[in-house]
Amino acid sequence: MSIHEHLDRLEAEAIYITREVAAQFGRPVLLFSGGKDSAVLLKIAEKAFRPAKFPFPLMHVDTGHNFPEVVAYRDRYVADIEERLIVASVQESIDAGRVVEQTGPRSSRNQLQTTTLLDAIAEHGFDAAIGGARRDEERARAKERVFSFRDDFGQWDPRAQRPELWSLYNGRVRKGEHVRAFPLSNWTELDVWEYISRENIPLPSIYFAHEREVFRRDGMLYAASDVIERLPGEEPFVESVRFRTVGDMSCTGAVASTATTLEDVVAEIAATRITERGETRADDRASEAAMEDRKRVGYF
Amino acid sequence: MSSLTEQHVDLARFVTCGSVDDGKSTLIGRLLYDSKQVMADQLEHVEDVSERRGDGYVNLALLTDGLRAEREQGITIDVAYRPFATPRRRFIIADCPGHVQYTRNMVTGASTADIAVILIDARNGVVEQTRRHSFICGLLRIPRLVVAVNKMDLVEFSKERFDAICADFAQIVQEFDVEVDLVPISALDGDNVVDPSTRMDWYSGPTLLGLLETVPLDRAHGEHDSGRLAVQWVIRPQSDEYHDYRGYAGQIASGTFTSGDQVVVLPAGHVSTVASVETMDGPIASAQAPSSITLRLADNIDVSRGDLIAHVTDAPTVTREIEADVCWMHERPLAVRGRYVLRHTTREVVAIVDSIEHRVDIHTRGQEPAESLALNDIGRITLRTSQPLAVDPYAADRETGSFILIDEATNETLGGGMVVRATPVG
Repeated sequence: MSIHEHLDRLEAEAIYITREVAAQFGRPVLLFSGGKDSAVLLKIAEKAFRPAKFPFPLMHVDTGHNFPEVVAYRDRYVADIEERLIVASVQESIDAGRVVEQTGPRSSRNQLQTTTLLDAIAEHGFDAAIGGARRDEERARAKERVFSFRDDFGQWDPRAQRPELWSLYNGRVRKGEHVRAFPLSNWTELDVWEYISRENIPLPSIYFAHEREVFRRDGMLYAASDVIERLPGEEPFVESVRFRTVGDMSCTGAVASTATTLEDVVAEIAATRITERGETRADDRASEAAMEDRKRVGYF
Repeated sequence: MSSLTEQHVDLARFVTCGSVDDGKSTLIGRLLYDSKQVMADQLEHVEDVSERRGDGYVNLALLTDGLRAEREQGITIDVAYRPFATPRRRFIIADCPGHVQYTRNMVTGASTADIAVILIDARNGVVEQTRRHSFICGLLRIPRLVVAVNKMDLVEFSKERFDAICADFAQIVQEFDVEVDLVPISALDGDNVVDPSTRMDWYSGPTLLGLLETVPLDRAHGEHDSGRLAVQWVIRPQSDEYHDYRGYAGQIASGTFTSGDQVVVLPAGHVSTVASVETMDGPIASAQAPSSITLRLADNIDVSRGDLIAHVTDAPTVTREIEADVCWMHERPLAVRGRYVLRHTTREVVAIVDSIEHRVDIHTRGQEPAESLALNDIGRITLRTSQPLAVDPYAADRETGSFILIDEATNETLGGGMVVRATPVG
């Protein structure tokens, strides 16, 4: 093992989990958002199955409010590795009357994704969805299993989880139920960045410092765009920023930064004193148990 | 890469055993806080909640209580996994609650642990709960125990008290093959957790974090050096470029595989030679546990998911009759003649319980006859399987010596088992 022994172990575990999903389920799917964690998932999947193709498609839940750089990156990367991508569209859920769009300056399509995701899982008959969630992200996630069981309503019940012993994952489900599988459960944000650096994994440009027109709200910097209505006094200005997470433009904040290279970003993450969700995700600041509540009804 | 990662960093998993009363959540909070793993927004959150609850101090225990019900009721529901890092090691803490579902949760957390941290309240010394904790650590074969004797501030930092607890603890673990370190701490004040105490001059050993950073990790990847790889997936590209390619993908459970090795594919027993050890970048010279790799064999033999590829020397036992210690984790009890799905490595078979040899009284550690095993019971059973399995005793290999039992109808995981001995087929 190398000097990155911890990365070698985390990688070996993630490959093992990904292969278990492929083997234990009839119709798995890998959720690919274009974010850094799902970029790592794709690298893990390549390591798990090459020289063959992935035994599952990729799926992106597109809110229609994604950063254009991320959508371009998504399409380029998927084409490069020659895999299949399904795009599930929140706009289509809105047009079909499945969900009603929020209005006003603080509206976000973030919560609407849950319906689109569950509809897509049902429509395609997926029985497992591989996601990039990590246990260090948030308090409720620390309690979630690697194979996280969802009932036929797509719900997570934290009090009725299957015990997970050794590396024996129980992926047996009945029709209509499914499992969310998290190969990166035990990784931290810093592990993800060190791995991206070690493996030279391409990322969307918005993860690196760039000049952008932003405005300040609730102590966070948001990209000025036509998807967020600005309140009086929220004057846009140009700042050198980068994004620590990549979500919907309406709820993902930027951080002031001059880190233009992977090395700079790793150094910045190692020195940071604020969690990535606390710094940049309005969706998790909504309440003390915001993530738990969203997970219970079927969120990622 | 930056200088941050030039140093060798390995990964250690530890389980914490203790109840709220022992100050376990406080200890973990202190460990995270003093090693500067608590971010500003997390601390701000804990300060807010402490103030709202009227705790009167920054309640570090709140750092680890994740779910709404836990914060409202001041309890811990389930095993939580928390990563943290120091410049020397990356850690994953399996934080197991002490009260409800105690055995089930602790066995779950212990199953993947390299180290167990056992908390003892210095005022109470070695109590029944300490015996239960150390018994489960012994049963699950955690190779290192670190005993944190907490609340030393409440026994006037007494060396005599600490020495007496050390002697008592040595007594209760003498039957287990385990290395033990003890450290006197005060989790509430931080003495000897991350920073050395100034109030216990008589103790010159390492702090708790110092121990966790330096104890050798005797990876329980097997007492044998013989290679083991359970096939998870057969890679068959079926493309023009890789027309005849068949790769057996899996994670190495123990040992090292090198091209040219003589191997046997179990349970069928076909012997072959490793043609190459591969990753996505092509062949490599060799690979060792716990790498996830692909093996190709020299002979065109039938190999599929669930097969175990092992070195021909020191190969595991092919069996359909197993004697095992099980921990039961479900309200519906395990019964003689009960029929379950058994998952062992990557193989699933049907198993029928032939007998319950005994149940362990976890309080006295005595063995008693039993007709069934209830939730949180530990006992020894014999079972028969519909198809053969290739197993090692759990004592020799945690990966190839463990299994879970699953309900055929509901698919719930009912219990975990550890192979004691296996009767060879034929």
